Amino acid sequence: MSTNTLAAPASTRRDFLKSAGSIGVVALTIGFEWSGSARRALGAPNAVPGNAIFAPNAFVRVGSDNSVTVIAKHIEMGQGAYTGIATVLAEELDADWTQIRVESAPADAKRYANLAFGTMQGTGGSSAMSNSWNQLREAGAKARAMLLAAAAKEWKVPVADLTVEKGVVYHAAGKRQARFGTLVATAATLVVPETVKLKDPKDFTLIGRRLPRVDAAAKSNGTAQFTLDLVLPGMLVALLKRPPLFGATVKSFDDKAAMAVPGVVKVVQVPRGVAVVAKSFWAAKQGRDALQVAWDDSTAEKRSSAALMDEYRRLAGQPAASARKDGDALQAIKDAAHKVSASYEFPYLAHAPMEPLDAVIKLTADSCEIWAGDQFQTVDQANAAHTAGLDPQQVSIHTLYAGGSFGRRANPGSDYIVEAVSIAKAYGADGTPIKLQWTREDDIHGGLYRPMYFHKLEAGLDAEGRLTGWHHVIVGQSIMAGTPFAAAIKDGVDPTSVEGAANIAYTIPNVSVELSTTKVGVPILWWRVVGSSHTAYAVEAFIDEVAHAAGQDGFTFRRKLLDQHPRMKAVLELAADKAGWSTPLPPGKGRGIAVAEAFKTYVAQVAEVSVGKDGQVKVDRVVCAVDCGTPINPDIIAAQMEGGIGFGLGAVLYGAITLKDGRVEQDNFNSYRVLRMNEMPKVEVHIVPSTEPPTGVGEPGVAPLGPAVANAIFAATGKRHYVLPFAKA
Amino acid sequence: MSTSFDLNGKPATLDADPNMPLLWAIREVAGLPGTKFGCGMALCGACTVHLDGKAIRSCITPLSAVAGRKVTTIEGLASAPAKAVQAAWVELQVPQCGYCQSGQIMSATALLESNPAPTDADIDGAMSGNICRCGTYSRIRAAIHTAAGSIKA
Repeated sequence: MSTNTLAAPASTRRDFLKSAGSIGVVALTIGFEWSGSARRALGAPNAVPGNAIFAPNAFVRVGSDNSVTVIAKHIEMGQGAYTGIATVLAEELDADWTQIRVESAPADAKRYANLAFGTMQGTGGSSAMSNSWNQLREAGAKARAMLLAAAAKEWKVPVADLTVEKGVVYHAAGKRQARFGTLVATAATLVVPETVKLKDPKDFTLIGRRLPRVDAAAKSNGTAQFTLDLVLPGMLVALLKRPPLFGATVKSFDDKAAMAVPGVVKVVQVPRGVAVVAKSFWAAKQGRDALQVAWDDSTAEKRSSAALMDEYRRLAGQPAASARKDGDALQAIKDAAHKVSASYEFPYLAHAPMEPLDAVIKLTADSCEIWAGDQFQTVDQANAAHTAGLDPQQVSIHTLYAGGSFGRRANPGSDYIVEAVSIAKAYGADGTPIKLQWTREDDIHGGLYRPMYFHKLEAGLDAEGRLTGWHHVIVGQSIMAGTPFAAAIKDGVDPTSVEGAANIAYTIPNVSVELSTTKVGVPILWWRVVGSSHTAYAVEAFIDEVAHAAGQDGFTFRRKLLDQHPRMKAVLELAADKAGWSTPLPPGKGRGIAVAEAFKTYVAQVAEVSVGKDGQVKVDRVVCAVDCGTPINPDIIAAQMEGGIGFGLGAVLYGAITLKDGRVEQDNFNSYRVLRMNEMPKVEVHIVPSTEPPTGVGEPGVAPLGPAVANAIFAATGKRHYVLPFAKA
Repeated sequence: MSTSFDLNGKPATLDADPNMPLLWAIREVAGLPGTKFGCGMALCGACTVHLDGKAIRSCITPLSAVAGRKVTTIEGLASAPAKAVQAAWVELQVPQCGYCQSGQIMSATALLESNPAPTDADIDGAMSGNICRCGTYSRIRAAIHTAAGSIKA
């Protein structure tokens, strides 16, 4: 087992420099694009003995103490990105895994853009490993080539005669060896190679292994640093009182009682509400409780979710935008021997990450420094700059560990960052560090939910039970409308509303998928696995019903329709096989299957449920098969599938944010229920061996869980769930 | 006003509002940030510490309630069961985001200190008050069994 540990990102740099000064460590800071042309490493011309600088690229730094620091452009929010990133780079570098450290990259879209997003730095869409794969392999391989060239130069031997293993360069013939650290000074004087040969995957020694997470130890002894834990000299804590209705604004406020609370320093009005700034959380909390605010709710959203769902149901019968049209689905269904129809209702969902949102801001007249579990650096930089009246280059971001996100911290309006900056500005922008802390109630009431949706499906079968037509209508708000991502909306179709439905994998001659986009004053956002958090349920619960109507087994029926999608078919078969699909279960138990593709990762799950005498359903076991291309770390892949299953199960059983006259009816984990230990099923994960490029695992495990469980409940009870969550029905 | 108690084996006197929840007293006054804030209502367990060896939710426990008593936080874990739990957490790679894990480890340690060989039902009983949104529950269960086995061995 590796002994490497990972200090919190914010302190890593400082600790590193401190140790560099004390024990003469040399290191390099990098300063050019990864794909940049051949040139000397930054700072190399000034390199002096004992203080050499080796700058192969923006992603790795090798110290004369043999440490290898990998700079992660993606946030670590639980998904294992730091470990995956370090693994890929260390593989091509042939580094010693015990010498690997990970540090978060600064906000700098030029060097650290997510290549899946284009020119923007940020994490999302399960893209961290897929977009970094070639970039990090090349970065590691170039650094390796330079260290080899340095050894060849020092020893005056051909590079071809050298080998590398675990951070040591060997010249077998000359019986020489050198650890990376001793080669740093020479390597730093060399030219970065234009091209470099990457490893044959059969030679991988780290990729594909169950390497320990770089953050496991710090997260098991309380030393991992989250934004909640950050304390800066003179720092104040702010809590913001927000309007009880979405879209309401401050009419007036009385801060007399709030200011009387010991420790309260200032009360300031900002666009989103009124903030109490205090010397501690407790003082700020008491101050906010005492604060009197009158709200102007004349333009606020005042509808109830039941009324909204009635409206959505009506809209599902109206003309809508076309997201997919193959043949004539309506005619095919009209002509069909058997017709099946169903509709599904999905509630708003909160992300409820364990760490309530928080950010520390240090704002002056010409700079804004942000510490946060920041998931959308470039967007947050721009929004913070706009709020502060600065240029984006004047905004720096320290990305800390995030205590979960599930999409919440990646929001186009940067809500919590903008709030924090606006409070620091109203406070005086005098350089006083201010931490904005949300409470759990702030989080549950705070909007940016997974949207509410209504789905209506109809299918036609011919006399032989073959699916001839499929008509799917989706009604709900657009996540991308009104954001910088709106350009992705084509012909009235937000791709995030229909993903998992418009690209239905089953071969059906006539398919029509339509979208009716609604306007509601409830702020919404992507939520783990985005569109497939509802479309996979609708498609996979409905196909099960269609299979049943055709008198066929759910697995066999699906399998026959997946010849065009061999990877999807393969995970379906693997899950069914490992689950013992064809073996009978005792009475009172049921088995259900579902399959989905999300972000180019394929996941199939078989759920087994038992129904007690009281009708109470318990999910006993979930067998999961996943194809995510080259498996970088099988243990992290398994962990993400396990976690996705727990997250998805909590949502389908209990998850719902509901509105009554515009007011959110849930407050905390008592009314917004999530999965607990006693409800977690046994999970088995089977990974498809693959040499395809890697795809993500953070989100896709959520997609098939709901329908697999729903189909299992049907198998056990004959009852289908059309309204989510199940607890509501 | 000050409150004196034993904090991680050392005498501590915190000068703070006696109504202040213990969570914020140990985080902001004593400067021990390992204990986390998750809900403020004893619903999630992120703030779990030991009071006289029993797992309690520090977010709803007023500072005044611990006067003269013994408080242990994640920073002060030292018992054999605690070390076994922490080792099992790393061995089984339990943490994902890690934010809830201090509380999980405190609850698991209190369980093993009172029951060295818990059944799955015992684990459900002791751990269902600790929420993990990342869904690490199966590994937590396995790690508790591993820790129990290593103490016995």
